[in-house]
Amino acid sequence: MHQDQWPAGSGRHPSAAQGRRAGRWTRQGLGIGVAMALALAAVAAQAADVTVSAAASLTNAFKALAPAFEASHPGTKVLLNFAASDALLAQVAKGAPVDVFAAADQDTMERAQQQHLLAPGTRHDFVANSLVLITPVDGGLLLKSLADLQQPAVKRVALGKPEGVPAGRYAKGALEAAGVWTAVAPKAVYAQNVRQALDYVARGEAEAGFVYGTDALVQKDKVRVLLTVPTDTPIRYPIALIQQGPNPAGAKAFIDFVMSPQGQAVLAGFGFSRP
Amino acid sequence: MEAAWVALALSLKVAGWATLLDLLAGVAAGFALARLRFPGRELLDAVLTLPMVLPPTVLGYYLLVLVGRRGWLGSWLYDHLGIQLIFTWQGAVLAAAIVAFPLVTKSARAAFEAVDPQLERAGRVLGLGEWALFFRVTLPLAWRGVLAGVLLAFARALGEFGATLMVAGSIPGKTQTLSIAVYEAVQAGQDDTANVLVLVISVTCVMVLLGAGRLARPRAMA
Repeated sequence: MHQDQWPAGSGRHPSAAQGRRAGRWTRQGLGIGVAMALALAAVAAQAADVTVSAAASLTNAFKALAPAFEASHPGTKVLLNFAASDALLAQVAKGAPVDVFAAADQDTMERAQQQHLLAPGTRHDFVANSLVLITPVDGGLLLKSLADLQQPAVKRVALGKPEGVPAGRYAKGALEAAGVWTAVAPKAVYAQNVRQALDYVARGEAEAGFVYGTDALVQKDKVRVLLTVPTDTPIRYPIALIQQGPNPAGAKAFIDFVMSPQGQAVLAGFGFSRP
Repeated sequence: MEAAWVALALSLKVAGWATLLDLLAGVAAGFALARLRFPGRELLDAVLTLPMVLPPTVLGYYLLVLVGRRGWLGSWLYDHLGIQLIFTWQGAVLAAAIVAFPLVTKSARAAFEAVDPQLERAGRVLGLGEWALFFRVTLPLAWRGVLAGVLLAFARALGEFGATLMVAGSIPGKTQTLSIAVYEAVQAGQDDTANVLVLVISVTCVMVLLGAGRLARPRAMA
């Protein structure tokens, strides 16, 4: 098999070399095979895993919620997936193996329902939030109303892109209601999710930005809340069980935990209020 | 559809400027690495190759920290020249240029090292100054290798995504390049837009590669 690789007079005994090489190849082949089998086994999610797709603004709260849930449900592991609500919906609609979906607005959950992705009767509002206008603590501006965003000192306004981020939709709606959207839109810097908008302001790259009240708390040493922005619809987060999810029992247990006094207490600790 | 052309035009503008910067800096760096003997030469080569190896998110973060308004270079630029690179197409050029830079430097170094020193010595004997020698002998001899690197750099700059998104953001018509527009469309579940965009970028890349192949073919064609 390897004969042609050993030129005559190479000083090595061909058959012995062959034997050694064959042994090595077999061992390596076995090793690779075992590694691949392990990798494949890891790809198939464990039956006891609950995959939760949650809005970016829930990042810190759900990271604290997951261990509490796991402690009261031994053997169950929570896999968290954070992004803008619309991006999460797009993943689920494409068949991502998600058990629980927690969105930041009713609009996104409505679209999930229309696409028949939710298990009927499992949709609940679980927290409420507020939209705030923020500025960097360091060298920030003093703005008293949304109309003040038209000032020349405000060069950039960070907000989630309205077509993909609920916080951006709320912000656009509020600016439209205040009659200043056309004036502010040229200054807009669109973020992939609300936490990116928060980061833009915290780093001082934007003079102002729209995030949730709970997000501003996460970076309270870097951003200051200027005002709470009135929204046309109250900001209530819905949660629901995904019909095609691999672990419906785990999903139900997780949603029950979120709605329970214990789960609500964790969420309240991060500034979320009751719906 | 309109948006796809705007994004394509922006991508070509950003990749074009990035490639021009890389051509100038990459040829200089490649030549220095090939010809000059100085301590730490291989270390410098390794550092200049880093952008090819590091994840684009790491580069994006470095750039954000360096040229952001609070960064030590960014704050100087802003205070003295009023320049803010973050969220501008110039910022996207900077990100793309840095990511694609090693492709030019590596190819240029190899191409310069392959030039026969005899020919340069002959040029010197015939009375050429060092600058004339470089532009009339060394560079023409190394040009094919340099050009191959430049075309690869252009293709890489055209597809740059991670560092660009972090530094320049995603502002439609301003910093939203084709690759970022594709990401946005998929994230928002707009498959129709995504289909048009990926078609446009795929056709563009094939055309760039065909052009590259044409340029790189031996001169027998001419």
